[in-house]
Amino acid sequence: MLTFYQRLYPFKSIYKWLNHENAPTRLFTHREFAFTLAGDVYLRYNSFSSAEELKKQVCHLNPTRFEIGPVYSARPRDKKTIRSGAFSPQLRELVFDIDMTDYDPVRTCCSEADICKKCWGFISAAVHVLDSALRDEYGYQKLLWVYSGRRGIHLWISDREAMALTDQERKALVGWLTVIHGGKETDKKLNIRNNAGKLPPSLQAALNHLRTVFGELILSSQNCFGSQEGYGELLKAIPDSRIVETLRTKWEANPSRTSEEKWTDLHKSLASHRNLNIMEDIIIQYTYPRLDAEVSKHRNHLLKAPFCVHPKTGRVCVPLDLESINKFDPESVPTLGQLLQELDTIGMSMDKEQTREAHSDWEKTSLKPYIDIMEKHSNALMDEVRREKRKADTSW
Amino acid sequence: MFKGGKITQGDQNIPQVANHGLLKYPFRLNFYDEPPLFDVTIEEFETCALDRLRILAEIESSAARNRSWEETKAVTSAQCSKYLPLSPTLSKFADRDGERKRDHLSHFVLRLAFCRSEDLRRRFVKAESTLFKTRYDDDISGERENFLNSRNFNWILVDQEEHTKFSTELIAAYQGPKGETDRVSERYYKVKWTRVPDLVEKRKVFLKGGWAYVPHREQSSIVFQEFEAHLEKALEMTARLLPRLDEDTRLVPILNNLSQGSLAGISSEWANASGSTNGAEIRAEMVDNLAKKHFPLCMRTLHDSLQRDNHLKHFGRLQYGLFLKVLGLSIEEAIAFWRKSFSRMTDDKFNKEYKYNIRHSYGLEGKRANYAAKSCLQLLTPGSSSDHGCPYRTYSPENLQSTLLSSYSYLGLGSADLPEIMATVKAGHYHVACTRVFELTHASSGVSRGQGIGEGESVTHPNQYAAKSMELQKAKENAMEVE
Repeated sequence: MLTFYQRLYPFKSIYKWLNHENAPTRLFTHREFAFTLAGDVYLRYNSFSSAEELKKQVCHLNPTRFEIGPVYSARPRDKKTIRSGAFSPQLRELVFDIDMTDYDPVRTCCSEADICKKCWGFISAAVHVLDSALRDEYGYQKLLWVYSGRRGIHLWISDREAMALTDQERKALVGWLTVIHGGKETDKKLNIRNNAGKLPPSLQAALNHLRTVFGELILSSQNCFGSQEGYGELLKAIPDSRIVETLRTKWEANPSRTSEEKWTDLHKSLASHRNLNIMEDIIIQYTYPRLDAEVSKHRNHLLKAPFCVHPKTGRVCVPLDLESINKFDPESVPTLGQLLQELDTIGMSMDKEQTREAHSDWEKTSLKPYIDIMEKHSNALMDEVRREKRKADTSW
Repeated sequence: MFKGGKITQGDQNIPQVANHGLLKYPFRLNFYDEPPLFDVTIEEFETCALDRLRILAEIESSAARNRSWEETKAVTSAQCSKYLPLSPTLSKFADRDGERKRDHLSHFVLRLAFCRSEDLRRRFVKAESTLFKTRYDDDISGERENFLNSRNFNWILVDQEEHTKFSTELIAAYQGPKGETDRVSERYYKVKWTRVPDLVEKRKVFLKGGWAYVPHREQSSIVFQEFEAHLEKALEMTARLLPRLDEDTRLVPILNNLSQGSLAGISSEWANASGSTNGAEIRAEMVDNLAKKHFPLCMRTLHDSLQRDNHLKHFGRLQYGLFLKVLGLSIEEAIAFWRKSFSRMTDDKFNKEYKYNIRHSYGLEGKRANYAAKSCLQLLTPGSSSDHGCPYRTYSPENLQSTLLSSYSYLGLGSADLPEIMATVKAGHYHVACTRVFELTHASSGVSRGQGIGEGESVTHPNQYAAKSMELQKAKENAMEVE
């Protein structure tokens, strides 16, 4: 682990991403870092004045992972010396967390902590919906998607306006994006339509995308309505009890009918009732993003930093670019063991040739494409800030 | 000293309509931009503040009692006309300026009294904005229009071109009453979405590139949001300037009185966090028995799922743990209880991951706050998921009925009572349903219909339910001993 931090972890890119500039600003110096050490020791309210200092401390403590919190009104490490009223979160990336466990009721391939290529279809659908909603409706541009290392994905939005959102505004935004309420025992209700039975435009756009993935993901890949349990859930979503009974008898008689065939059955019986809204509702219920709302609502929520190693899987939490998210396979992510091995081979082949700069080691490992993504994102952020500064200068 | 309230807006261009011209305060509504700069007597200072405080106290207690907006509005209007009447500009015979002056002054006095702590500020803003909403709703529409025109709200009127461009989206996003036909001609205002978070949360507007397109009928949202934001800022500013007042021996005692008086008067007794309420000590092993006899459904279901799964999720633990604390479980007993309930867990894991939280809720860790148990109002707030919150609200009807029967049938609740309970649930009166269940399950202790938890009061706090239930049992036992 120590070698990983010393030779591979891209502190510089992380620094640029958090700081938005080259010279340290409050965005970095007043930022909280929290370390989890071996044996579940948790250290909160750390802060650093530069990337080097952060690296030094990380290498010194060798944490199993570390998390990034908000920018406070004062340096978090001075927390004890200031009045409690004067210490409050000011700025924070708008973050989202999508966790595969929330999809347990609708996924058939794995459950709980497991994830496979098939489940990723849900994440990929969710990412597309969220990404376009946030860009199009809210006008945010600096979105960074990060694989969480096991069964989910994180999103960090670094636009200035997004960072300045208050908790109340974050809650409203999450409300806008959440359509599925209730858990296992509660009545699952989608309350998404207006009085005229129309979908609001944001959901209409989401539906247009989800419709395209529903067949592949839910019907063929997951075969959600294959089992008796599976189609039982589907029938619960239909309010008309006569249709439910007809379908149930039909499907009980032919247990081998595939999900596609059942979907067509449903379509036919609903079409005769001219009630196709139900089909749309079901598509949304099965594939619409399920957010872990608590993460996004509060500025002071800590979230694992990109490029940390997930302690259970050993996988690195790598950033992903939007185009490749469809094809992403969580099992192909470089793991700590693999990376260290790669380092060894490099060391062997370059044996004694020259002493190299330690921090560019990642260039030769399979971590490179991911760090490139991070670099590209950080640089775009810095360009933006630079452009704004220049604009401010000339106007003056 | 009132500089805090002075956030200059473009107030100069107030249209001087003929009959307004004579008035110092041309409008009934007031954003309280300008502090009162006239002389007042100490007595006036105090009395008008007290009058306003009475109104605000009523508003707060309405919120605590789960009153609907219509009820709250009616109660507030009644209080207003009693203590701080405000006549419309039309009524020429009333002392309009005098009334408005009192309104103005009392608002600013209370600002001084309520700016001192975060908590007081939050409550003040909440109550004041409810008051503002009530008055806004009551205002004659023409006068309201004039008031709105007198301020610059920084909204952009959506022009015809843009309107046509997004017409399908605008119509789809529109959530007006059924069958309304003139929505195409509706005017729209464009504001940054952060200015209408309430509309955004309910998906009631159309968003594009960070701009919210607010239809005319939702315009009030922008106004209320603006009022709150404005007042919050002003209060913080006042708080910073307040120390300058410290040497004034005449005003400081009055202000102290005002802010403290309201603290004691309003919140119901169950909102305090003072630990045991029954005097009798409760031990860990008694909880199971108590749960079966005395707990309201929300706590009963938590208890049952804890016993069944040997686990509860974080918010469930928090809700149930605080309830037990106020019920009278000491910290040692609480740790014993949770340890026993989480039977499938190693000691090590329990001590590491859960003990801290239990101690935290007793105010022994972290910021050492003495947390109060959650009231019905808090439990009813949406966002609660499966295993916590108010089951009357979150459970599906079938599930609720079977849970009710399995939980309370041996206390006298029969399936014949279900239709009535379900009807109140369906109407959204969850606390009424809960109170009815209390009456039914305590019929053997002599509680009859309509009595509620004593004197017709309905359930507003899970601990109140449990305490009353235990009290009844005690009374019954005592009575038997006497016999």
